[in-house]
Amino acid sequence: MLSIKNLKASIAGKTILKGLDLTVNPGEVHAIMGPNGSGKSTLGYVLSGREAYIVEEGSILFEGVDLLTMDIEERALAGLFLAFQYPLEIPGVSNLEFLKAAVDAQREARGEPLMSSKEFLSAAREACKAVRLPTEFLKRGVNEGFSGGEKKRNDILQMLMLQPKLCILDETDSGLDIDALKLVADCVNSQRDAKRSFIVVTHYQRLLDYLKPDYVHVLSEGKIIKSGGPSLAPELEEQGYAWLARQPGEEKSL
Amino acid sequence: MNSWFGNALTRAEAIDDWLHEKRAASLALLRDTDWPTRQTEAWKYTSLKKLEQLDFSDGSPAPVIDVSPISGLNSINLVFIDGVLQSIPADLPEGLTIMPLAQVPDEHQPWVLDQFAGVKPQQHLFGLINDTLATNGLVIDVAPQVDLKHPIHITQTMTAGNEAHCRTLVRVGAGARVTVIEHLAGNQESFNTSFTEYSLATKAELEHYRLALQSDAALTIGGSHFNLDTQATLNSTIVGYGSDLARIDVDISHQGEGTLAKLDAIYLLDKQTHFDLHSNIEHTAPNGTSDERVRGIVADKARAVFNGRIHIHRYAQKTSAELNNRNLLLSRDAEVDVKPELEIYADDVSCAHGATIAEIDQLALYYLRSRGIGLEQAHLMLNFGFINELIDQIPNAVLADWLRQQLSGRFTRMNEIKHSGQEATQ
Ligand SMILES: Nc1ncnc2c1ncn2[C@@H]1O[C@H](COP(=O)(O)OP(=O)(O)O)[C@@H](O)[C@H]1O
Ligand SMILES: [Mg+2]
Repeated sequence: MLSIKNLKASIAGKTILKGLDLTVNPGEVHAIMGPNGSGKSTLGYVLSGREAYIVEEGSILFEGVDLLTMDIEERALAGLFLAFQYPLEIPGVSNLEFLKAAVDAQREARGEPLMSSKEFLSAAREACKAVRLPTEFLKRGVNEGFSGGEKKRNDILQMLMLQPKLCILDETDSGLDIDALKLVADCVNSQRDAKRSFIVVTHYQRLLDYLKPDYVHVLSEGKIIKSGGPSLAPELEEQGYAWLARQPGEEKSL
Repeated sequence: MNSWFGNALTRAEAIDDWLHEKRAASLALLRDTDWPTRQTEAWKYTSLKKLEQLDFSDGSPAPVIDVSPISGLNSINLVFIDGVLQSIPADLPEGLTIMPLAQVPDEHQPWVLDQFAGVKPQQHLFGLINDTLATNGLVIDVAPQVDLKHPIHITQTMTAGNEAHCRTLVRVGAGARVTVIEHLAGNQESFNTSFTEYSLATKAELEHYRLALQSDAALTIGGSHFNLDTQATLNSTIVGYGSDLARIDVDISHQGEGTLAKLDAIYLLDKQTHFDLHSNIEHTAPNGTSDERVRGIVADKARAVFNGRIHIHRYAQKTSAELNNRNLLLSRDAEVDVKPELEIYADDVSCAHGATIAEIDQLALYYLRSRGIGLEQAHLMLNFGFINELIDQIPNAVLADWLRQQLSGRFTRMNEIKHSGQEATQ
């Protein structure tokens, strides 16, 4: 599904990712943990094609296709989805209009017939229910005046509507209360199947308890310095990241 | 003196009705007024050439046209075609009186004479012209404490080769609540002036709309003018399409203490249209609040003019006045001329004034694209969103939906035309 090799990327002339390798197969859930500023969000932005982020070296293949030659919207239409650490407010553009445009674009790209307004509305209402956002939120501007948690749930709502192949969730659990976190985890679990993959950036064990990732990676200073199975997460929770940085010998252990 | 103006004065002299004294005073002022040139400050950016060239001597009779009401609005509808009032609905709600300007009963004449040219400032040249020529129009009286559920919807439309002058006076009694929609339409070669004077008594509330939806060759000059007595509230929304010549003056006079006025204006201009909005907020009493937001999209070779004056008088302490104007220019040939005028003579006030050229938010563009929405469509959505933000604030939901549809339809057509134009030149 996704194959990242020796990725070096910079923002504003500053190199953030310094040779990152990651392979995600269909159906897998990968968790990425790591200290603040290590480049986790940068990885999501680079994958999504955000313009200010410059790829200096390395390659990214998405389903065998070179992702780096694709525009932002092409990547989305190919099935890549990033739930943002800080979803943006867009006043004046209604959630509904935004969702409809996005869903239409997806269906057109997949060669599927467009949804009628009625079909779409009922699907949108269904998705609202799943993330427990009142349906009135559909009429409001995108994330306009939403609380932090509501914005995150709105991103998950988009994920439910768009049915992407690879979902990158950037700290979607940060700032959520315990119930909302469970809700997001349930939504993600409901979307898991043999083909859909997830990259989940998180600081907390709690989300991973629900998701049961196949792999846990530690990203530090722009590189993955340790990878392991689900048992790595509780270890990290207990001991922090410092001990890893002191044992460079372990870097290639997986 | 140009011929249109000379001709107008001659026509004015011939009018003799119950408003004679008022008209004569304005006519006297007009005789001392020079026809504007480019050096005239109030007309610096707006040329009257299109009006000077008008020749309606072979004036065609008004055809019967269908002006359908806005569905779902449940409004009290009054329709003028070429200045002629079609009819006044029977059984109006209690506390509401609507009279044709030409037939005001004796008992109402004193207050009408008081208010006629009493709210609208004298300096508006076309206001004076309207004083002398407007034999058509309405007088609306809302009794104190009345809460009118149904909006009053006044539509004025013009057909080719016609000129009309309309005057409306609205008195809102103490504690009364009412919605008035001034809706101007038409796209054929014509000229109308339409001035409306509102007087809001203590604690009266007015929700007001001026929808200047004329376009193309329909020339229009007019104004909405408001006097606010103690604790009166005004919530006004202005929408303009621009035409060969479109000019609106809005004057809001905070005369009583603790008044509140909100004014939102939206314009959406394309081709070679012109839209000139002059707003003038006068704070003469303490504790008044005014909040004015003006947003426009200007495409092609269109031109917007916005003159925003705030005048805080010496005794208007604790006034809070805000004015914000943002323009989105969609082409290199589009033009906006913005002139803020702040005159503050009180020392304990808060006043903010800003005018900017808006730019598309790159991060918002990225967010939309990251969901698969194409670059061009994302641009359109954000551009329209820029004015839709104000449409979202319109208090009447039915009207907001209708306006959103009108404006987005117009915006879509603007972009389709541009698109096919580009293809044609390839
Ligand atoms: N626009 C920018 N200009 C310069 N540095 C930036 C910019 N954006 C992010 N960075 C830096 O990139 C580094 C990685 O950030 P980020 O990927 O957000 O980290 P994480 O998500 O792991 O906390 C940080 O040191 C941050 O300060
Ligand atoms: Mg981050």
